[in-house]
Amino acid sequence: MSDHVVLIEDSRIAAPEDDGERLSRRFFLGAAGAAGILYTAALAYPIYRYLASPEEMALSATAVTEVTLKDAQKLPLGSVLMFKFGTAPTMLIHHEDGRWVAMTAVCTHLGCTVQYEPQADRIHCACHGGVYNAYTGANVSGPPPKPLKLFKVAVNDTGVEVSRA
Amino acid sequence: MTSKTLTTSVYDWVDERLGLSELAAFARHKTVPVHAQSFWYYWGGISLFLFLLQCFTGVLLLVYYRPGAEAYESVRQITFVMHFGWLIRSAHAWAANLFILAILVHMFSVYFMKAYRKPREFGWLSGMALLGIASIFGFSGYLLPMDELSYFATKVGLEIPAAIPWIGPAIANMLRGGPEVGEFTVQRFFALHVVVLPALFLPLLAFHLWLVQRYGNAAPPSEEAKPVAERKSIPFMPNFIRKDLAMWLISLNVLALLASVFPWSLGHQADSLVPAPAGIHPEWYFMSPFEMLKLLGNVLPGTSGEIAGLLLFTLGIALWVFIPFYDIKKPTGQRARAAHYFGLIAVFALLATTVIGYWTIR
Repeated sequence: MSDHVVLIEDSRIAAPEDDGERLSRRFFLGAAGAAGILYTAALAYPIYRYLASPEEMALSATAVTEVTLKDAQKLPLGSVLMFKFGTAPTMLIHHEDGRWVAMTAVCTHLGCTVQYEPQADRIHCACHGGVYNAYTGANVSGPPPKPLKLFKVAVNDTGVEVSRA
Repeated sequence: MTSKTLTTSVYDWVDERLGLSELAAFARHKTVPVHAQSFWYYWGGISLFLFLLQCFTGVLLLVYYRPGAEAYESVRQITFVMHFGWLIRSAHAWAANLFILAILVHMFSVYFMKAYRKPREFGWLSGMALLGIASIFGFSGYLLPMDELSYFATKVGLEIPAAIPWIGPAIANMLRGGPEVGEFTVQRFFALHVVVLPALFLPLLAFHLWLVQRYGNAAPPSEEAKPVAERKSIPFMPNFIRKDLAMWLISLNVLALLASVFPWSLGHQADSLVPAPAGIHPEWYFMSPFEMLKLLGNVLPGTSGEIAGLLLFTLGIALWVFIPFYDIKKPTGQRARAAHYFGLIAVFALLATTVIGYWTIR
């Protein structure tokens, strides 16, 4: 509240003597209002940062550009491995023809986690029936407005490296 | 439509349905006595404000706190990982202490102004119940971080109900959730602290405030002895409420200063295999009964001392709580001094044992 007091004193100095009354009163109200806003902001800021903490932690997690999945090269043909790329659910698919594909597992419609269906060789969202191509991530049918994002995949002897495309 | 006419028409619309102007007219007629002891009138309001702050910071802590086995880890996270978590926790702990302090000041001022006399007996009784619940709030909240201090404080504190003959051990086990203080204790203390106690406290508080509203502020006997024409008062709205709010602002600043300059510490995680740290002592508001028990233990060692202590406390508290029923207004207008001396002795005993308690910490 120290700036509050200082501002009031300033107003006394600043107010001209002759047509003073109204002007200094106005100045006082303005200064008191400003001090009130500053005071409220000083209280609100720590509370906002406190509540926003997990969001900020997640931000640093999403800064991840590469994830190494140990022993994932042993993933059988026609199966999927679900993992988190940063905080986002992601899937690594090993297709029957031996091709490797990684893409986000979050439906572009309303955010449900999608499922790889090996029999139909497609990606399906149970929430509202969205269907994606299991190789390209393209939205094939149903409500999804956008394709699923693809990742780069590099397979070696010790595991699979997935990185941002 | 100008903003002024818009405001008026919105006000009229609401007023017609909720009767705001009746309420405003009612509030205008309310007055608060002015005299040499008027300063003490603010302490109930300050207590209320600190309680509201407790609710607010408590809800913020609830956002990250996890009771049970993870309790310590979650408090560590709040204190060291979450932005400003240390400040929120510190504000909650400091506000709790200031709350108890404000209630005590409020209680003693009511006592010495004899504001418990007819027709305000229920105000006194509900206030005592609120103080009782507040101290259980303090005791249960103290365990929640599950650090060394919480652990030993709870362990020692639960020895008091355990000393009650026959049923004591069963009560202590029920409160502890087993023979040892552990994750089950934290879980049930948490339920007590955030659900059961607020559910008891809030309606009682509403009752207490309603009584204050119904009977107004009591003037001390010295004021009541004056003729009506000589008594001064100010309107509650807006004069008193303005001063009240200024007190709230001062309290908030004091709290902000204490919480940020002296952050509440977090000790090591509770471990039943680690001996109690040297110099361990109860919080200041439990220091006096702790010291009284210790002193009595010197005179009457063993269980007999504990039982005698319990009896003495029960008697003292009963005398204190039921004061409105034996310190009544004399029809002759004669001043009753017995209650006054009893109050002074109580204040002296509390202060003296607290000082001795801190003096003898090793």
